[in-house]
Parts: sequence; structure tokens; C-alpha cells
Amino acid sequence: MSEARPLLEVRDLHMHFPISEGVLMRRQIGEVKAVDGIHFSVRRGETLGLVGESGCGKTTTGRCILQLEQPTSGTILYDGIDINTLSRREQLALRRRIQVIFQDPYSSLNPRMKVGDIIGEPIQVHGLAPDAARRIARVRELLSVCGLDPTFADRYPHEMSGGQRQRVGIARALALEPEFIVCDEAVSALDVSIQAQVINLLEDLRERFGLTYLFIAHDLSVVRHLCQRVAVMYLGRIVELADCDALFDDPLHPYTRALLAAVPVPDPTIEAGRAFQPVRGEVPSPINPPAGCVFHPRCTMAVESCRRSRPELRELRPGHWVACSEVN
Amino acid sequence: MSALLDVRNLHTEFRTGAGLVRAVDGVSYTVDPGETVAIVGESGSGKSVGAMSILRLIPDPPGRITQGQILFAGRDLLGLSADEMRAVRGNEIGMVFQEPMTSLNPVLTIGRQITETLQQHRGADRATADRRAVELLSLVGIADPERRLRQYPHQLSGGMRQRIMIAVALTCEPRLIIADEPTTALDVTIQAQILELMTGLTRRLNVALIIITHNLGVVARYAGRVNVMYAGRLVESGSAAEVYHDPRHPYTLALLRSVPRLDRPRQARLDPVEGQPPDLTRLDGGCAFRPRCRFAVEACAASQPALEQAGAAGHLSACFRRDEIAATPVAA
Repeated sequence: MSEARPLLEVRDLHMHFPISEGVLMRRQIGEVKAVDGIHFSVRRGETLGLVGESGCGKTTTGRCILQLEQPTSGTILYDGIDINTLSRREQLALRRRIQVIFQDPYSSLNPRMKVGDIIGEPIQVHGLAPDAARRIARVRELLSVCGLDPTFADRYPHEMSGGQRQRVGIARALALEPEFIVCDEAVSALDVSIQAQVINLLEDLRERFGLTYLFIAHDLSVVRHLCQRVAVMYLGRIVELADCDALFDDPLHPYTRALLAAVPVPDPTIEAGRAFQPVRGEVPSPINPPAGCVFHPRCTMAVESCRRSRPELRELRPGHWVACSEVN
Repeated sequence: MSALLDVRNLHTEFRTGAGLVRAVDGVSYTVDPGETVAIVGESGSGKSVGAMSILRLIPDPPGRITQGQILFAGRDLLGLSADEMRAVRGNEIGMVFQEPMTSLNPVLTIGRQITETLQQHRGADRATADRRAVELLSLVGIADPERRLRQYPHQLSGGMRQRIMIAVALTCEPRLIIADEPTTALDVTIQAQILELMTGLTRRLNVALIIITHNLGVVARYAGRVNVMYAGRLVESGSAAEVYHDPRHPYTLALLRSVPRLDRPRQARLDPVEGQPPDLTRLDGGCAFRPRCRFAVEACAASQPALEQAGAAGHLSACFRRDEIAATPVAA
């Protein structure tokens, strides 16, 4: 880690969900290891991508940072402070600094509230505008910052398109002037022609307000475009973490390579010339993950030792961390 | 070679509270035997309604096919009785839908859902149907088929369920499969497996395939021919190579320029399609893409451009300025 203290630091985070059985006599019969010991940090002003397939634990990680889940163990330091040791009052103050943009602009906005109230509510809850007039002025300002007409404040979500709703979700996240935003699949539900608009907006806002993003997504081409560094997760663990260009130009972990090879690019000539072998098998259950390296049942490079010992993240190149014993 | 499927001037409308929606507004295209055709478009472009119209699965009311012909192997499907149509669906034309969880019956075993089709359409007896079901599951790459046949959909992963859907679609050896966003709900490594499986099988069994998708990469990897839809109309049609390398409709061009791509250096900034998707209840007589189009001229407001040849033979575009667009680079 370099000179400056990172804005967010996640140390050995575990989030295990119990699985219970029985109606009257509830007993725990197992647990889902959604997040199973991950470390990473996010520097001030950067966008860190967190990628992986469904069930890899990327969203749960985001929810732990947002304090929507109480981690099983591990530490989350925000600006040097352990967020799990805070009092309620301190937690509330921290929530002002960390905000979220959700995936689905249809279910994340209250259909019975006008757009102006959706954006104005956090301002009111945190007492940031002394009176209604000031609050309305601020809502209108936020709308236009997000590329919407200020008159949209009087509309309901159903009167807007998906892209417009997602802009409302972004305006709501910005209402408290946060420093850090967790973008959880923030552009995944949008149509192709709208996605690029929202990506550009997120970039503009980052620059204008000096924001730091944790960008959780499964679309690798979007992640490559937006992020400075990327962490790849598989079954609750980080398997590779590197600068964006290093990760995409020289992926080292076999899973990252398989993931990148699986993405078809919009060019029929390139696709026709590509010998393509999809990665075999499916993601194993996180209730009973494979012993050793969790990727070994699907890995083409796996050797005997991969079945037994779990590889830790090693720094194979400066800033390029890989959890695989077979690459160097 | 005559076309297997010949859709002619298809119109499908929905009566909604907000007004009449022309979800499919005069679409014509053909699919040859064994050919893979992709239909690309965004939500509301009419790509799914168009496919459901072929199968006559449009809920009426509010929907209605008001005009056109759907010639399948020479017969007009729009002229068939309900019983005759039922004999076509799942028998001559197979279907694979986006959400394998909701399109499989949760209270029937996997085996039952496959054998039901065989008994219904082929009059097969139980034993024959069971044997064929085992065969089909092996064909779609499911290990231990006997055990899987006794399981229920919720006991299988998403990728596995989609394999089952493909098995069901292939059950009666159809000549055409319509796959509506078959991999959109799946993870990227599973998406690749399923698409490889589908295209491999259709090639081997000489089944024609219509893939409906919004994913431009999927189209590039798997389709021979591409139909691009916007606001209920076909705006561009041609071989994948022509449409991707030499797009002749401003919408196709803008779409291709707007996506971040892994095969090109990182761009400083994306070049999005400006504006909002069209409101289908408020279309006028002009080109629906006009408000978002960088090439729009006065003529575009006056009338809708017809789908006409642009560039190579078989490459069609519905744009008055289709020849000028050829000069615009696809890379941003």
C-alpha cells in the first residue's frame, strides 16, 4: 500500500449466513460462506471494480460496507475508523459519507413518492436544508446535475424511463454530498443505448465532486472502462486484484482468463477467428465449497496440491495480486 | 432454396390505457433452413412480440395480430385453427425463453415435462418417451440423466434449467427454434456454455435458430444474419459482418459506437446514443429514431423510410441517408 491512507480498507472480511431447518425446533444445519476472508482497499478518488458471477459475494461485500449486514468477522476501516465500533449517532453521520446506487431503478424507488420527495427525503432526515424552499431548490439542482429537467421533481417514477429513473437514484445518492458511493450493478438493468449515458454521468460526477466508487458489476467491458483497479471474486474470495490495464491485458488467474475469454466482443470477424472453449462446469455451492482452491474443479491448470491447500493472494507483479499457486 | 420461415408485413398491436401501441409495425424477414438469425433491439423494440406473434402466443386482448402473413414451410400460420397451431408449437417450432425457472413447470419432474411433449405430439408410449428423454438430456450435456429426470426444476441450477429448456425444445426434432434472450439471466461463463451448446446442436441437427437478444457480442459470435429493430420496425438487416463493419442505419451505428469493448483500447469517454427510448403511443408518421439521430434531415419527419438495399446484396437499411452513413467510422 502506498503513502496515503486508503479511504476504505477491508480486512479479512467474513460474512456467513446460517441455514436452518425445522419449524418448531430451529437448528442450524450449515452456513453459506458468502464472503470468506477478503482483503482490499479503495484509495481516495479511485474507482475499484468488484467483479464476479452471481453468488460470488460481491453484493454482500458492498452491503457489509454499507452497514446493511453485520459481518461475521473482519474489520472495515473507513477513513481509518472501524465502522463496527461506532455508536448509532456516529453511524448515522457515517451514512452521510457513504451512499449507494442500486441495480434496478424500478424496485429501488418508492412508486408512491414523487421524485422530488425521493431525493428530498435524505436531505430532510439528515437536516441538511433548513426549510422546504431550500430543500426544493437543492432537489432541483441535483436533478439538473444528473441531466434531468428540474420539473421532473413533480413526477412519479412510473412516468419515467429506466434511464431517467436511474438518474433519480443517482441524484438521491448525491443528495447528502457523500465521498464514497457503492454502485451495485448500477448500469446493468439499462438498455444498451442508455447505459453509455449513465456511465458518462457517473464519470462526470466522480470528477466534479471528487467521489470514490466501489463499482460492483458482472459486465467486464463496463468495469474496464470505468475502473482504475479491479478485484475478481469467486465463491466468496478474491482470486485476483490488479490495476485495470494489467488485469485485462495480462490476466494471471485461470478464472479471470476464463471469464475474459467468455465475453463475446461485438465483432463477427474477431469472433469467427477465435478458438473458443467455454470453461467447464458450474460454480459450486457456497454451502459446501470445494477444499483447497475453490476454482480447482473447473480449472484447466489444476494440479494435485490445488485440491488440498487454499492459495493466498500473492503479489506476483507490483500491485498485481493473484491467489493461484500455479502461476508465477 | 426456399425460406423455412417467411414473415411478411407483420403488424401486432396492443390496446393499452395510454393508447394504441404498434409493437410490431410492418416487419418482413426470412429464415432459411438451418440458418441462425439474430434479432437485436432494446426493450420495447418489438423483438419479443414479433417472435411471440410467429407462435401466435400474443394475449388477446389486449394484443392482436392485425395484418401480415407468417409462412412456415409454405403454410400461413395465421390461417391455422387453434388445434392446428398447437400441433406446430413445440413440435415443428421449439421455444427457449429467457427465464428457465418460470418457463418450466415447478410441480412437474423434468422427465415429465419432456415426455409430456413426446406423448402429446408424437403419441409415444411411456417407455419410448422415457428412453428418448434420457437421450435428450445427454445430448444437451447433462450428466447422470436418469437421476435428473426424476428431479424438479428448483433442484437444478440456472444453467442446468436452460439446458433442460433446450432439451424440451429439441424433443420433437423441430425445424426452427425461437430463443428469446436465452442467456440473459445467466452468468457469463454459463452463457458461453449454453450458446455453444445451442449453436452446436442446431448446426448438427440442421435446425434453424432465431436468437432474440440485446447483447451485441452474442450476435457477433453466433449469428449469420442480423435484424436490428427499433420502435417496432426493422431498421437494418444483413449478414453479421456487413451490419457490424459497415452499418447503414444511424441507430445501428450509434449502438455499436456506444458500447465499451474489450477488443479495443480504453476510450477516454463513451459516445452514447443521446435522448430517451421512443414512447410507442406517441409515434408520428416520420422515422421513430429521428429525435435521437445525428443524421436527421427534414425528410425524416415527413415519412418513414422503407427498408431498402444499402451496400452489398442482402444488406438493407431503413434510412434516407443510408449511403452517406457508410462514410462514418464505427470506432468512436
